[in-house]
Amino acid sequence: MAKTLYDKLFDSHVVHEENGAALLYIDRHLVHEVTSPQAFEGLKLSARKVWRVSSVLAVPDHNVPTTDRSKGIADPVSRLQVETLDNNCAEFGITEFRMNDARQGIVHVIGPEQGATLPGMTVVCGDSHTSTHGAFGALAHGIGTSEVEHVLATQCLVQKKSKAMLVKVEGQLGRGITAKDIALAVIGKIGTAGGTGYAIEFAGSAIRGLSMEGRMTLCNMAIEAGARAGMVAVDDTTINYVKGRPYAPKAEQWDAAVAYWRTLHSDEGAKFDAVVELDAAAILPQVTWGTSPEMVTGIDGKVPDPAKESDPTKRGGIERALEYMGLQANTPIEQIHIDKVFIGSCTNSRIEDLRAAAAIAKGKHVAPNVKLAMVVPGSGLVKAQAEQEGLDKVFKDAGFEWREPGCSMCLAMNADRLEPGERCASTSNRNFEGRQGQGGRTHLVSPEMAAAAAVAGHFVDVRQL
Amino acid sequence: MQPFVTLDGLAVPLDRANVDTDAIIPKQFLKSIKRSGFGPNAFDEWRYLDHGEPGMDNSQRKVNPDFVLNQPRYQGAEILLARENFGCGSSREHAPWALLDYGFRAIVAPSFADIFFNNCFKNGILPVVLSAEAVDRLFKAVQTTPGYKILIDLEKQTVQTPDGQAYSFEVDAFRKHCLLNGLDDIGLTLQHVDKIKAFETQHKQTQPWLFNQ
Ligand code: SF4
Repeated sequence: MAKTLYDKLFDSHVVHEENGAALLYIDRHLVHEVTSPQAFEGLKLSARKVWRVSSVLAVPDHNVPTTDRSKGIADPVSRLQVETLDNNCAEFGITEFRMNDARQGIVHVIGPEQGATLPGMTVVCGDSHTSTHGAFGALAHGIGTSEVEHVLATQCLVQKKSKAMLVKVEGQLGRGITAKDIALAVIGKIGTAGGTGYAIEFAGSAIRGLSMEGRMTLCNMAIEAGARAGMVAVDDTTINYVKGRPYAPKAEQWDAAVAYWRTLHSDEGAKFDAVVELDAAAILPQVTWGTSPEMVTGIDGKVPDPAKESDPTKRGGIERALEYMGLQANTPIEQIHIDKVFIGSCTNSRIEDLRAAAAIAKGKHVAPNVKLAMVVPGSGLVKAQAEQEGLDKVFKDAGFEWREPGCSMCLAMNADRLEPGERCASTSNRNFEGRQGQGGRTHLVSPEMAAAAAVAGHFVDVRQL
Repeated sequence: MQPFVTLDGLAVPLDRANVDTDAIIPKQFLKSIKRSGFGPNAFDEWRYLDHGEPGMDNSQRKVNPDFVLNQPRYQGAEILLARENFGCGSSREHAPWALLDYGFRAIVAPSFADIFFNNCFKNGILPVVLSAEAVDRLFKAVQTTPGYKILIDLEKQTVQTPDGQAYSFEVDAFRKHCLLNGLDDIGLTLQHVDKIKAFETQHKQTQPWLFNQ
């Protein structure tokens, strides 16, 4: 029978099945400081061991400062979480890229960068954006703390099979249109609950045309569409990206691995439970105006008018969002002025994102009304690469701050945050109330759009620059 | 997880309906990196007269003498007698962690909130549902008789009182099995150790690169 990519990945990891739930074998377990302490404590309390230490890779990312780290972490709660991770990894013999390691970075950036995420793997992490790793033709799930402990102790996850959704994007993307715009356009179309209960496979010529960075951006946001996993079939782009990375297979293993990886695509005629189609050429640069990623429109659009919404629940939602966001109905998106710019997060902090943003910022300057424009690379290696290419200089000359890697203002667990009422053009993935700081107002955009907004002081259409 | 077979314990009557998880363990304690140590802050706002924050020395705080858990006759209680809809509100697993850390192994009430009810089983606490009348009788008996102990027998699915009354209760067969044997989700999965190992061996043969490092 013709199988979907999801079927292949799921079925090849089933250890046991009972009462409709499968015990799935986990190949890679990524760990960070926020969701792991109680899991390690649970292991210790029940005197259990880590099943396969070599499957685990740990890194602190949420709480690390993005400014000078030589003096450590000032906030005691953040410091304790990071130290706890250090101690747990040391105690259990787990490989950890510590805060001052050159390879440290956001967990979803370092996994692929190291080749620790490989095609055909099952990947889990105590973090919802684990869907990112599906870009490699892998099955990647975000899990809770009890499950982190479960995977540490048993190498397995209890999982019910989801339904399969195909999101097909055919055609040529316009100039200046990125994977982020595809992701937001998909969410705008199916809604933040549209993918609930599904694993999404992204396919079509526009997806095949994306780089691995772009595919990661797209799969990263699958969770924002309600799906627990997003994935893209393996092709040359995937294989070329993986080749030569520290954890990637070498020598004679390489050929065997590639031969297997080439089978990781949906078979001709495989059946999906739902199919969504988008025309790549019709996708515009996207900007969110509200407090949910589905509250999004093209750059030529306007803030919606709740009076025109007939569904009372939706109308109430729009009214509340506009009130929180401090926006008037019918305001053209291009007239929205911003206070801060954040280029970073596991969605858009890879080298390609930084190159794209730098290309826009080059030779220009951050507008006077923008109080802070910061660029936070996704990892130490991304940062080093960018510096080698002189991108840091481009950003600094343009008035951007160039920071150390971490989650930073994506969720404001460290010192980087919005003040109440501040408006931010952000390349992150969530625009929920208070996400980037209490009372902060987030507009999600691509790196190009964020850089353009920084220079103009308000949103502008990158296609016209 | 500690098995639960029988418990002959002192009961403490918490005479309020709709006790929510924020009352069981207030949100400021969720920043902790631990799942143990919540006991001293269980019911923090009711137990103490001042506002509690993580890191405070609880032994130095002023306790509320009127709160039932603070009364000398109920010290060492292992059974919490409660009213309907116990454990409603946020799904935090810190609530059963706090009750367990305080010393409770069983909660008897006419009804429980769903997620809390599940979380209890995951953490070795037995939630017992009895009729409102039965619970009411237990409340009266506990309140009027110092040192009143209740015997809970999970195998027999009964609650017995010192005066010879016995009430039976329902419990899902699978959950009963897990509690009697002290099997948490991890324990259950580990019953399949052989299958996991066999899978791993075969997986390693077909995709050896997954096991490099
Ligand atoms: S960058 Fe943001 S979304 Fe990604 S892992 Fe960090 S906090 Fe989560």
